[in-house]
Amino acid sequence: MAREKGVVLLDFWVSPFGQRVRIALAEKGVDYEYKEQDLFNKSEHLLKSNPVYKKIPVLLHDGKPICESLIIVQYIDEVWSDKAPLLPDEPLARANARFWADFIDKKVYECGTRLWKLKGEEQEAAKKEFVEIFKLLQGELGDRKFFGGETFGFLDLALVPFVAWFYAYETFAKFSMDEECPKIVAWAKRCMERESVSKTLSDPNKVYEFVLFLKEKFGVEY
Amino acid sequence: MGEEVKLFGSYASPFSSRVELALKLKGVSFENIKEDLANKSALLVQYNPVHKKIPVLLHGGRPVIESLIILEYIDETWDGNHAILPKDPFERALACFWVKFIDDKVLRALWMSCRSEGEMQKNFMEQSKEYLELLENELKGNKFFGGDAIGIVDISANFIALWAIVLQEVAGISLINEEKYPILCNWIEEFLSSEVVKESLPEKEKLFAYFHAKKEVIFANKAPAY
Repeated sequence: MAREKGVVLLDFWVSPFGQRVRIALAEKGVDYEYKEQDLFNKSEHLLKSNPVYKKIPVLLHDGKPICESLIIVQYIDEVWSDKAPLLPDEPLARANARFWADFIDKKVYECGTRLWKLKGEEQEAAKKEFVEIFKLLQGELGDRKFFGGETFGFLDLALVPFVAWFYAYETFAKFSMDEECPKIVAWAKRCMERESVSKTLSDPNKVYEFVLFLKEKFGVEY
Repeated sequence: MGEEVKLFGSYASPFSSRVELALKLKGVSFENIKEDLANKSALLVQYNPVHKKIPVLLHGGRPVIESLIILEYIDETWDGNHAILPKDPFERALACFWVKFIDDKVLRALWMSCRSEGEMQKNFMEQSKEYLELLENELKGNKFFGGDAIGIVDISANFIALWAIVLQEVAGISLINEEKYPILCNWIEEFLSSEVVKESLPEKEKLFAYFHAKKEVIFANKAPAY
Protein backbone atom coordinates (compact mmCIF):
# COMPACT_ATOMS: atom_id res chain seq x y z
CA MET A 1 0.00 0.00 0.00
CA ALA A 2 1.50 3.33 -1.06
CA ARG A 3 1.93 5.61 1.94
CA GLU A 4 0.64 9.15 1.65
CA LYS A 5 3.66 11.47 1.98
CA GLY A 6 3.71 14.43 4.32
CA VAL A 7 2.06 15.23 7.61
CA VAL A 8 -1.64 14.76 8.24
CA LEU A 9 -3.51 15.47 11.49
CA LEU A 10 -6.81 13.77 12.31
CA ASP A 11 -8.40 16.00 14.89
CA PHE A 12 -11.56 17.58 16.32
CA TRP A 13 -11.79 21.37 16.41
CA VAL A 14 -12.37 21.90 20.15
CA SER A 15 -10.21 19.07 21.49
CA PRO A 16 -7.55 20.37 23.89
CA PHE A 17 -5.55 17.21 23.16
CA GLY A 18 -5.58 17.87 19.43
CA GLN A 19 -4.68 21.49 20.09
CA ARG A 20 -1.51 20.42 21.88
CA VAL A 21 -0.38 18.82 18.62
CA ARG A 22 -1.41 21.83 16.53
CA ILE A 23 0.58 24.16 18.80
CA ALA A 24 3.64 21.89 18.57
CA LEU A 25 3.43 21.77 14.76
CA ALA A 26 3.05 25.56 14.64
CA GLU A 27 6.01 26.11 16.97
CA LYS A 28 8.11 23.94 14.68
CA GLY A 29 6.82 25.54 11.48
CA VAL A 30 5.70 22.18 10.05
CA ASP A 31 3.32 22.16 7.08
CA TYR A 32 0.48 19.71 7.51
CA GLU A 33 -2.98 18.81 6.30
CA TYR A 34 -5.70 19.15 8.94
CA LYS A 35 -8.57 16.67 8.63
CA GLU A 36 -11.55 17.44 10.87
CA GLN A 37 -13.15 14.27 12.22
CA ASP A 38 -16.78 13.61 13.10
CA LEU A 39 -16.48 11.97 16.51
CA PHE A 40 -20.12 10.90 16.52
CA ASN A 41 -19.64 9.07 13.22
CA LYS A 42 -16.02 7.99 13.06
CA SER A 43 -14.37 7.63 9.66
CA GLU A 44 -12.70 4.47 8.36
CA HIS A 45 -9.48 6.44 8.17
CA LEU A 46 -9.59 7.26 11.89
CA LEU A 47 -10.59 3.74 12.89
CA LYS A 48 -7.76 2.24 10.82
CA SER A 49 -5.19 4.77 12.07
CA ASN A 50 -6.03 4.30 15.74
CA PRO A 51 -7.63 0.85 16.02
CA VAL A 52 -6.85 0.51 19.74
CA TYR A 53 -8.49 3.70 21.04
CA LYS A 54 -10.37 5.01 17.97
CA LYS A 55 -9.63 8.54 19.21
CA ILE A 56 -8.17 11.79 17.97
CA PRO A 57 -5.62 13.25 17.69
CA VAL A 58 -3.72 10.99 15.31
CA LEU A 59 -0.68 12.30 13.48
CA LEU A 60 0.18 10.55 10.22
CA HIS A 61 3.76 11.09 9.09
CA ASP A 62 4.34 9.65 5.62
CA GLY A 63 1.35 7.43 6.32
CA LYS A 64 2.60 6.09 9.66
CA PRO A 65 0.19 6.82 12.52
CA ILE A 66 1.23 8.15 15.91
CA CYS A 67 -1.40 8.29 18.66
CA GLU A 68 -1.81 9.89 22.10
CA SER A 69 -1.26 13.65 22.20
CA LEU A 70 1.78 13.79 24.49
CA ILE A 71 3.47 10.95 22.61
CA ILE A 72 2.78 12.82 19.35
CA VAL A 73 4.26 16.04 20.77
CA GLN A 74 7.43 14.22 21.85
CA TYR A 75 7.66 12.63 18.40
CA ILE A 76 7.35 16.06 16.76
CA ASP A 77 10.04 17.41 19.08
CA GLU A 78 12.42 14.59 18.12
CA VAL A 79 11.83 14.63 14.38
CA TRP A 80 11.84 18.41 13.90
CA SER A 81 14.63 18.95 16.38
CA ASP A 82 16.27 21.85 14.54
CA LYS A 83 13.79 24.43 15.78
CA ALA A 84 11.94 25.47 18.98
CA PRO A 85 12.91 22.63 21.37
CA LEU A 86 9.88 21.67 23.44
CA LEU A 87 11.29 19.28 26.04
CA PRO A 88 14.30 20.43 28.08
CA ASP A 89 17.72 18.88 27.41
CA GLU A 90 18.51 17.62 30.85
CA PRO A 91 17.04 14.21 31.88
CA LEU A 92 15.81 15.36 35.31
CA ALA A 93 14.06 18.41 33.84
CA ARG A 94 12.52 16.15 31.16
CA ALA A 95 11.28 13.73 33.83
CA ASN A 96 9.76 16.64 35.74
CA ALA A 97 8.00 17.98 32.63
CA ARG A 98 6.66 14.49 31.83
CA PHE A 99 5.46 14.04 35.41
CA TRP A 100 3.40 17.25 35.39
CA ALA A 101 2.10 16.59 31.87
CA ASP A 102 0.98 13.16 33.06
CA PHE A 103 -0.63 14.81 36.11
CA ILE A 104 -2.51 17.19 33.82
CA ASP A 105 -3.63 14.27 31.66
CA LYS A 106 -4.95 12.30 34.60
CA LYS A 107 -6.69 15.17 36.37
CA VAL A 108 -7.70 18.28 34.43
CA TYR A 109 -10.14 17.11 31.73
CA GLU A 110 -11.90 14.53 33.90
CA CYS A 111 -12.37 16.96 36.79
CA GLY A 112 -13.42 19.71 34.38
CA THR A 113 -16.06 17.43 32.90
CA ARG A 114 -17.57 16.89 36.35
CA LEU A 115 -17.87 20.68 36.72
CA TRP A 116 -20.50 20.85 33.97
CA LYS A 117 -22.03 17.39 34.29
CA LEU A 118 -22.83 17.43 37.98
CA LYS A 119 -24.87 19.62 40.28
CA GLY A 120 -25.16 20.45 43.98
CA GLU A 121 -22.71 18.85 46.40
CA GLU A 122 -20.98 16.77 43.73
CA GLN A 123 -20.32 19.88 41.66
CA GLU A 124 -18.99 21.69 44.73
CA ALA A 125 -16.61 18.82 45.39
CA ALA A 126 -15.46 18.88 41.76
CA LYS A 127 -14.92 22.63 41.97
CA LYS A 128 -12.79 22.25 45.10
CA GLU A 129 -10.74 19.53 43.40
CA PHE A 130 -10.32 21.59 40.22
CA VAL A 131 -9.00 24.58 42.14
CA GLU A 132 -6.64 22.30 44.12
CA ILE A 133 -5.26 20.85 40.87
CA PHE A 134 -4.55 24.30 39.50
CA LYS A 135 -3.10 25.54 42.78
CA LEU A 136 -0.61 22.68 42.57
CA LEU A 137 0.21 23.64 39.00
CA GLN A 138 0.51 27.27 40.09
CA GLY A 139 3.01 26.15 42.73
CA GLU A 140 5.02 24.33 40.08
CA LEU A 141 5.03 27.44 37.86
CA GLY A 142 6.25 29.64 40.70
CA ASP A 143 7.39 33.03 39.52
CA ARG A 144 8.63 31.83 36.16
CA LYS A 145 7.45 33.21 32.84
CA PHE A 146 6.57 29.73 31.57
CA PHE A 147 6.64 26.20 32.98
CA GLY A 148 9.62 25.75 30.67
CA GLY A 149 11.39 28.71 32.35
CA GLU A 150 12.17 31.60 30.04
CA THR A 151 10.93 29.72 27.02
CA PHE A 152 7.56 28.21 26.14
CA GLY A 153 7.83 24.42 26.20
CA PHE A 154 6.28 20.98 26.55
CA LEU A 155 4.47 21.53 29.82
CA ASP A 156 3.10 24.91 28.75
CA LEU A 157 1.64 23.39 25.63
CA ALA A 158 0.29 20.41 27.53
CA LEU A 159 -1.78 22.71 29.75
CA VAL A 160 -2.64 25.81 27.74
CA PRO A 161 -5.48 24.39 25.57
CA PHE A 162 -7.55 23.85 28.74
CA VAL A 163 -7.48 27.60 29.37
CA ALA A 164 -10.09 28.01 26.62
CA TRP A 165 -12.42 25.89 28.78
CA PHE A 166 -12.09 28.12 31.88
CA TYR A 167 -15.01 30.36 30.86
CA ALA A 168 -17.33 27.36 30.49
CA TYR A 169 -16.17 25.81 33.77
CA GLU A 170 -16.43 29.13 35.65
CA THR A 171 -19.92 29.78 34.32
CA PHE A 172 -21.34 26.36 35.14
CA ALA A 173 -19.65 25.92 38.51
CA LYS A 174 -19.77 29.60 39.50
CA PHE A 175 -16.22 30.51 40.40
CA SER A 176 -13.40 32.64 39.03
CA MET A 177 -10.01 31.29 37.98
CA ASP A 178 -8.67 34.85 38.16
CA GLU A 179 -9.57 34.92 41.87
CA GLU A 180 -8.50 31.36 42.67
CA CYS A 181 -5.33 31.04 40.58
CA PRO A 182 -4.21 34.48 39.37
CA LYS A 183 -0.72 33.31 38.41
CA ILE A 184 -2.16 30.68 36.09
CA VAL A 185 -4.38 33.30 34.44
CA ALA A 186 -1.36 35.60 34.04
CA TRP A 187 0.66 32.72 32.58
CA ALA A 188 -2.19 31.98 30.17
CA LYS A 189 -2.14 35.59 28.93
CA ARG A 190 1.59 35.33 28.25
CA CYS A 191 1.04 32.11 26.31
CA MET A 192 -1.68 33.77 24.23
CA GLU A 193 0.92 36.33 23.06
CA ARG A 194 2.39 33.50 21.00
CA GLU A 195 0.82 33.09 17.60
CA SER A 196 1.01 29.28 17.82
CA VAL A 197 -1.28 29.45 20.86
CA SER A 198 -3.61 32.32 19.95
CA LYS A 199 -4.31 30.87 16.51
CA THR A 200 -4.96 27.38 17.90
CA LEU A 201 -7.04 27.78 21.04
CA SER A 202 -10.79 27.79 20.64
CA ASP A 203 -12.78 30.91 21.40
CA PRO A 204 -14.04 30.42 25.00
CA ASN A 205 -17.58 31.34 23.89
CA LYS A 206 -17.51 28.58 21.29
CA VAL A 207 -16.27 26.13 23.95
CA TYR A 208 -19.17 27.19 26.17
CA GLU A 209 -21.62 26.57 23.31
CA PHE A 210 -20.03 23.18 22.70
CA VAL A 211 -20.46 22.22 26.37
CA LEU A 212 -24.13 23.29 26.13
CA PHE A 213 -24.44 21.00 23.13
CA LEU A 214 -22.88 18.13 25.10
CA LYS A 215 -25.18 18.75 28.05
CA GLU A 216 -28.18 18.50 25.76
CA LYS A 217 -26.84 15.45 23.98
CA PHE A 218 -26.11 13.59 27.20
CA GLY A 219 -29.31 14.75 28.85
CA VAL A 220 -27.63 16.81 31.54
CA GLU A 221 -29.84 19.44 33.14
CA TYR A 222 -28.96 23.07 32.72
CA MET B 1 27.71 9.31 36.81
CA GLY B 2 29.08 8.89 40.30
CA GLU B 3 26.04 10.11 42.17
CA GLU B 4 24.20 7.93 44.66
CA VAL B 5 21.12 6.07 43.42
CA LYS B 6 18.33 4.95 45.74
CA LEU B 7 15.06 3.25 44.94
CA PHE B 8 12.04 3.44 47.23
CA GLY B 9 9.82 0.50 46.38
CA SER B 10 7.85 -2.28 47.95
CA TYR B 11 8.23 -6.04 47.80
CA ALA B 12 4.98 -6.89 46.04
CA SER B 13 4.83 -3.89 43.68
CA PRO B 14 5.17 -4.48 39.94
CA PHE B 15 5.87 -0.75 39.55
CA SER B 16 9.01 -0.71 41.70
CA SER B 17 10.01 -4.07 40.19
CA ARG B 18 10.06 -2.38 36.77
CA VAL B 19 12.55 0.19 38.00
CA GLU B 20 14.71 -2.47 39.67
CA LEU B 21 14.84 -4.38 36.40
CA ALA B 22 15.79 -1.30 34.38
CA LEU B 23 18.59 -0.35 36.79
CA LYS B 24 19.93 -3.92 36.76
CA LEU B 25 19.80 -4.12 32.95
CA LYS B 26 21.89 -0.96 32.84
CA GLY B 27 24.29 -2.25 35.51
CA VAL B 28 23.63 0.69 37.83
CA SER B 29 24.35 0.11 41.54
CA PHE B 30 21.64 1.35 43.81
CA GLU B 31 20.28 1.11 47.33
CA ASN B 32 17.05 -0.84 47.31
CA ILE B 33 14.74 0.51 50.02
CA LYS B 34 11.53 -1.43 50.62
CA GLU B 35 8.71 0.65 52.06
CA ASP B 36 5.94 -0.65 54.26
CA LEU B 37 2.95 0.78 52.38
CA ALA B 38 0.72 0.67 55.45
CA ASN B 39 3.21 2.87 57.22
CA LYS B 40 4.87 5.17 54.68
CA SER B 41 8.14 6.76 55.71
CA ALA B 42 8.48 10.52 56.10
CA LEU B 43 11.17 10.44 53.40
CA LEU B 44 8.79 8.92 50.84
CA VAL B 45 6.16 11.58 51.51
CA GLN B 46 8.85 14.26 51.26
CA TYR B 47 10.06 13.01 47.87
CA ASN B 48 6.63 12.38 46.39
CA PRO B 49 4.33 14.93 48.01
CA VAL B 50 1.82 14.94 45.13
CA HIS B 51 0.99 11.22 45.00
CA LYS B 52 2.79 9.82 48.09
CA LYS B 53 3.45 6.59 46.19
CA ILE B 54 6.29 4.27 45.34
CA PRO B 55 8.41 3.89 43.31
CA VAL B 56 10.58 6.92 43.81
CA LEU B 57 14.04 7.00 42.31
CA LEU B 58 16.49 9.23 44.08
CA HIS B 59 19.52 10.23 42.00
CA GLY B 60 22.04 12.39 43.81
CA GLY B 61 19.23 13.33 46.20
CA ARG B 62 16.86 14.39 43.39
CA PRO B 63 13.57 12.48 43.13
CA VAL B 64 12.03 11.06 39.95
CA ILE B 65 8.52 9.62 40.19
CA GLU B 66 6.04 7.50 38.20
CA SER B 67 7.51 4.19 37.06
CA LEU B 68 7.33 4.83 33.30
CA ILE B 69 8.82 8.30 33.65
CA ILE B 70 11.58 6.77 35.78
CA LEU B 71 12.27 4.20 33.04
CA GLU B 72 12.69 6.96 30.45
CA TYR B 73 14.92 8.87 32.87
CA ILE B 74 17.11 5.81 33.44
CA ASP B 75 17.43 5.25 29.69
CA GLU B 76 18.42 8.88 29.06
CA THR B 77 20.82 9.15 32.00
CA TRP B 78 22.66 5.84 31.59
CA ASP B 79 22.62 5.81 27.82
CA GLY B 80 25.77 3.78 27.27
CA ASN B 81 24.38 0.25 27.28
CA HIS B 82 21.20 -1.81 26.92
CA ALA B 83 18.89 0.73 25.37
CA ILE B 84 15.46 0.41 26.96
CA LEU B 85 13.75 2.57 24.35
CA PRO B 86 14.28 2.41 20.56
CA LYS B 87 16.43 5.15 19.02
CA ASP B 88 14.19 5.74 15.99
CA PRO B 89 11.52 8.38 16.83
CA PHE B 90 8.65 6.43 15.27
CA GLU B 91 9.63 3.19 17.01
CA ARG B 92 9.96 5.14 20.27
CA ALA B 93 6.49 6.63 19.82
CA LEU B 94 5.10 3.13 19.21
CA ALA B 95 6.85 1.72 22.29
CA CYS B 96 5.53 4.61 24.42
CA PHE B 97 2.05 3.99 23.03
CA TRP B 98 2.09 0.30 24.07
CA VAL B 99 3.53 1.14 27.46
CA LYS B 100 0.72 3.63 28.07
CA PHE B 101 -1.84 1.12 26.81
CA ILE B 102 -0.55 -1.51 29.23
CA ASP B 103 -0.61 0.91 32.15
CA ASP B 104 -3.90 2.67 31.37
CA LYS B 105 -5.95 -0.29 30.18
CA VAL B 106 -4.46 -3.76 30.49
CA LEU B 107 -3.39 -3.68 34.13
CA ARG B 108 -6.75 -2.41 35.32
CA ALA B 109 -8.73 -4.89 33.23
CA LEU B 110 -6.66 -7.85 34.44
CA TRP B 111 -6.69 -6.68 38.06
CA MET B 112 -10.45 -6.05 38.03
CA SER B 113 -11.12 -9.40 36.34
CA CYS B 114 -9.45 -11.06 39.29
CA ARG B 115 -11.10 -9.03 41.98
CA SER B 116 -14.69 -8.56 40.90
CA GLU B 117 -17.68 -10.85 40.62
CA GLY B 118 -20.74 -11.50 38.51
CA GLU B 119 -21.60 -9.13 35.64
CA MET B 120 -18.74 -6.77 36.48
CA GLN B 121 -16.22 -9.59 36.29
CA LYS B 122 -17.69 -10.77 33.01
CA ASN B 123 -17.21 -7.32 31.47
CA PHE B 124 -13.65 -6.96 32.69
CA MET B 125 -12.81 -10.44 31.44
CA GLU B 126 -14.17 -9.58 27.99
CA GLN B 127 -12.07 -6.42 28.00
CA SER B 128 -9.00 -8.36 29.15
CA LYS B 129 -9.40 -10.86 26.33
CA GLU B 130 -9.54 -8.04 23.79
CA TYR B 131 -6.40 -6.46 25.21
CA LEU B 132 -4.48 -9.72 25.49
CA GLU B 133 -5.30 -10.41 21.84
CA LEU B 134 -3.82 -7.03 20.89
CA LEU B 135 -0.64 -7.80 22.82
CA GLU B 136 -0.43 -11.28 21.31
CA ASN B 137 -0.53 -9.69 17.85
CA GLU B 138 1.91 -6.93 18.76
CA LEU B 139 4.61 -9.46 19.64
CA LYS B 140 4.64 -10.42 15.93
CA GLY B 141 6.32 -13.72 16.77
CA ASN B 142 9.30 -11.93 18.35
CA LYS B 143 10.93 -13.14 21.51
CA PHE B 144 10.26 -9.81 23.22
CA PHE B 145 8.16 -6.71 22.52
CA GLY B 146 11.53 -5.00 22.19
CA GLY B 147 12.59 -7.50 19.49
CA ASP B 148 15.63 -9.55 20.49
CA ALA B 149 16.22 -7.81 23.79
CA ILE B 150 14.08 -6.75 26.72
CA GLY B 151 12.83 -3.20 26.22
CA ILE B 152 10.44 -0.76 27.86
CA VAL B 153 7.30 -2.55 26.71
CA ASP B 154 8.53 -5.87 28.14
CA ILE B 155 9.48 -4.18 31.41
CA SER B 156 6.06 -2.51 31.64
CA ALA B 157 4.34 -5.82 30.91
CA ASN B 158 5.98 -7.44 33.96
CA PHE B 159 2.56 -7.46 35.62
CA ILE B 160 1.31 -9.87 32.98
CA ALA B 161 4.24 -12.27 33.41
CA LEU B 162 3.86 -12.68 37.15
CA TRP B 163 1.20 -10.72 39.04
CA ALA B 164 -1.64 -11.47 36.62
CA ILE B 165 -0.73 -15.18 36.66
CA VAL B 166 -0.75 -15.25 40.48
CA LEU B 167 -3.93 -13.18 40.76
CA GLN B 168 -5.85 -15.35 38.31
CA GLU B 169 -4.83 -18.42 40.30
CA VAL B 170 -6.03 -16.79 43.53
CA ALA B 171 -9.29 -15.75 41.84
CA GLY B 172 -9.74 -19.18 40.27
CA ILE B 173 -10.02 -17.97 36.69
CA SER B 174 -7.95 -18.63 33.57
CA LEU B 175 -7.44 -15.56 31.39
CA ILE B 176 -3.85 -15.93 30.29
CA ASN B 177 -3.45 -19.42 28.92
CA GLU B 178 -1.33 -21.08 26.29
CA GLU B 179 -4.26 -22.25 24.25
CA LYS B 180 -5.56 -18.76 23.59
CA TYR B 181 -2.31 -16.80 23.66
CA PRO B 182 0.61 -19.03 22.67
CA ILE B 183 2.93 -16.18 21.63
CA LEU B 184 2.23 -14.20 24.79
CA CYS B 185 2.82 -17.28 26.95
CA ASN B 186 6.07 -17.87 25.12
CA TRP B 187 7.00 -14.27 25.89
CA ILE B 188 6.24 -14.91 29.58
CA GLU B 189 8.59 -17.90 29.53
CA GLU B 190 11.37 -15.96 27.80
CA PHE B 191 10.93 -12.97 30.11
CA LEU B 192 10.97 -15.07 33.29
CA SER B 193 13.98 -17.08 32.13
CA SER B 194 16.20 -13.98 32.13
CA GLU B 195 18.51 -13.90 35.17
CA VAL B 196 18.21 -10.14 35.53
CA VAL B 197 14.42 -10.37 35.48
CA LYS B 198 14.42 -13.14 38.09
CA GLU B 199 16.52 -10.95 40.40
CA SER B 200 14.06 -8.08 40.19
CA LEU B 201 10.87 -10.07 40.78
CA PRO B 202 9.36 -11.27 44.05
CA GLU B 203 9.11 -15.05 44.42
CA LYS B 204 5.93 -16.47 42.90
CA GLU B 205 5.08 -18.57 45.97
CA LYS B 206 5.50 -15.59 48.30
CA LEU B 207 3.37 -13.40 46.02
CA PHE B 208 0.68 -16.09 45.88
CA ALA B 209 0.67 -16.39 49.67
CA TYR B 210 0.52 -12.58 49.96
CA PHE B 211 -2.50 -12.16 47.67
CA HIS B 212 -4.22 -15.25 48.95
CA ALA B 213 -3.96 -14.07 52.55
CA LYS B 214 -5.13 -10.58 51.67
CA LYS B 215 -7.87 -11.83 49.33
CA GLU B 216 -10.79 -10.60 51.37
CA VAL B 217 -9.19 -7.27 52.28
CA ILE B 218 -7.74 -6.33 48.89
CA PHE B 219 -10.71 -7.54 46.91
CA ALA B 220 -12.99 -5.33 48.96
CA ASN B 221 -10.96 -2.19 48.19
CA LYS B 222 -11.21 -0.03 45.12
CA ALA B 223 -7.54 0.41 44.23
CA PRO B 224 -4.82 -2.21 43.83
CA ALA B 225 -2.83 -2.38 47.05
CA TYR B 226 0.74 -3.46 46.55
